[in-house]
Amino acid sequence: MTFRIDKLGVVIAALLAYGAFLAPFANFRANRIVPGEARGILEALPAGLGAALLGFAVIAIVVVVLKTPTVFRLLLGLAALLALAILVGLSAGHLTPPENTYARVSPASGFWLLSFAFALLTADALARLRLSPLARVALLAAVAAAAAGLLVSGAWDGLSILKEYGSRADSFWLEAGRHVVLALGSLVAATLVGLPLGILCHRVEALRAGVLNVLNIIQTIPSIALFGLLIAPLGWIAVHVPGAAALGIRGIGAAPAFIALFLYSLLPVVANTVVGLAGVPRDANDAARGIGMTDGQRLFRVELPLAFPVILTGIRIVLVQNIGLATIAALIGGGGFGVFVFQGIGQTAMDLVLLGAVPTVALAFAAAIVLDAATELSNRKPGRAA
Amino acid sequence: MKRLLPNLLRLAALLVLIAFLVQPALFEPLLKPLVQANAPAVYNQGSLLSLTLSHLATVFAATLAATVVAVGLAILVTRPIGAEFLPLSRSLVNIGQTFPPVAVLALAVPAVGFGEKPTLIALFLYGLLPIFENAMTGLSTLPPAVTEAARGTGMTAWQRLTRVELPLALPVILAGIRLSVVISLATATIGSTVAAKTLGEVIIAGLQSNNLAFVLQGGLVVAVLAVLIYDGFSALERVLSRRAGRV
Repeated sequence: MTFRIDKLGVVIAALLAYGAFLAPFANFRANRIVPGEARGILEALPAGLGAALLGFAVIAIVVVVLKTPTVFRLLLGLAALLALAILVGLSAGHLTPPENTYARVSPASGFWLLSFAFALLTADALARLRLSPLARVALLAAVAAAAAGLLVSGAWDGLSILKEYGSRADSFWLEAGRHVVLALGSLVAATLVGLPLGILCHRVEALRAGVLNVLNIIQTIPSIALFGLLIAPLGWIAVHVPGAAALGIRGIGAAPAFIALFLYSLLPVVANTVVGLAGVPRDANDAARGIGMTDGQRLFRVELPLAFPVILTGIRIVLVQNIGLATIAALIGGGGFGVFVFQGIGQTAMDLVLLGAVPTVALAFAAAIVLDAATELSNRKPGRAA
Repeated sequence: MKRLLPNLLRLAALLVLIAFLVQPALFEPLLKPLVQANAPAVYNQGSLLSLTLSHLATVFAATLAATVVAVGLAILVTRPIGAEFLPLSRSLVNIGQTFPPVAVLALAVPAVGFGEKPTLIALFLYGLLPIFENAMTGLSTLPPAVTEAARGTGMTAWQRLTRVELPLALPVILAGIRLSVVISLATATIGSTVAAKTLGEVIIAGLQSNNLAFVLQGGLVVAVLAVLIYDGFSALERVLSRRAGRV
């Protein structure tokens, strides 16, 4: 029996070896802003568990270097990620002295490297398995449920990021709500405006270049500048248009952020609508005309359903981009997860930065997976997508 | 001749930009209506020119590093020896693009501290993706007839790569670099929230002191730079693809 070497496995094994044996597993700090002291796996975990983790790492290194069945590698990666998530929570309890509420324990480079290596293994196995879109969404739901379970069970309560959360739980959910409203609301508004605009650009050629150029130029304006530039006109409207202020339109706050996100969202929606409609086969249009469809019927029953996957791709770009950009709204008082990121940067409290950054990344990631799956499904049966 | 008018407009934009950076005081009357009575209309906490240059230098350094690494990796995964990495690298590119630039920037700070470094790292990481994606597409979608012909004339793998594949893929790779540069130009402004010297300083100073003129001038300089660089790259791509016969 011959053993064959998996090249990617060699890279993952190197990461695992460094992460497990050389890099620190957790960081201990006497309070939230002093520099931390690094702790290796054996120090950071209760006796026995540390040794078990090291043993597990050695086994994993052997398994990933050799060519092993893909499903097995996937299960190994997922199990290892779950184990790491539980262990890092345990290390917080182990390192924090009893009754000490100032001490902070956070995952250190070794933990992140191990997680990254196992995530690579999982991602590679998933890419090779070519799961169906629904299976990918189901897996995402399972991972989200596992994370939620860990959060609710209190397994991570000792970690510094959750201590930051604990001291501002109310504002966290408030800002989370604002973040989602900003990102999703501007997407809905951009779709409502962008879709008809795209159809118009498709039908009226004279408009197309002009509209797309203007939208292109808007994209080049840095987000913090666009947010800032909208403060003045909105402030003016709030003062001079009766009723505007009552609707929540103010110079600073969520209104300029919402409008800026809306403007950034228009280009992908309009451009993809135009591209999608242009890609509708001439035969399909001719056939539709031949059976006596009106322009409106043709648009809704033939062109839009056929262009739908491309339009959905544009919406995916917008949603992922908006979830990221909404963090910047915090700079002009618009709220969202950016509040924690920028407060954290200001106080050099990195746990607070993470409290804002981690949910943002998780949201963007989940949105990308769900919309990718939706795009793939709509590609498969374009007739039903309308 | 059809391109004459847009080119004149670009030239005019470039001249106005240079004039503004060298002699910002000339433009004071234009910006004055945007500020309250006693507030300065032109950025006065440093030289706009030096901020612009350091902004460009940051973007250039990050993009150069990203190009070298991304093209190198794309070459690796499109060779037989690296084929095992191809499915993973495709999904990594997809996953990487979901990381918001602000998050990358914020996460780089604990690792390397404040200043230029986190900005460079964030721009580098964020710039990798479009270049890598395009280089991979460019190198893996070459017309089979061409690569066969190259093999048929007895070229070595290295000769095929440097004389046939890379030149043919160059326009597509450049399109990736163009995307990456335009994203980086805008993202670099956020770097000023972690104390990097970029035009973001002007915008943030404006946001903090409620000075609309600052926000406008910082934003417009970045936007004009981005549009000019975008157009420059597009023109270069057109020339190269005409030469490569991939119109």
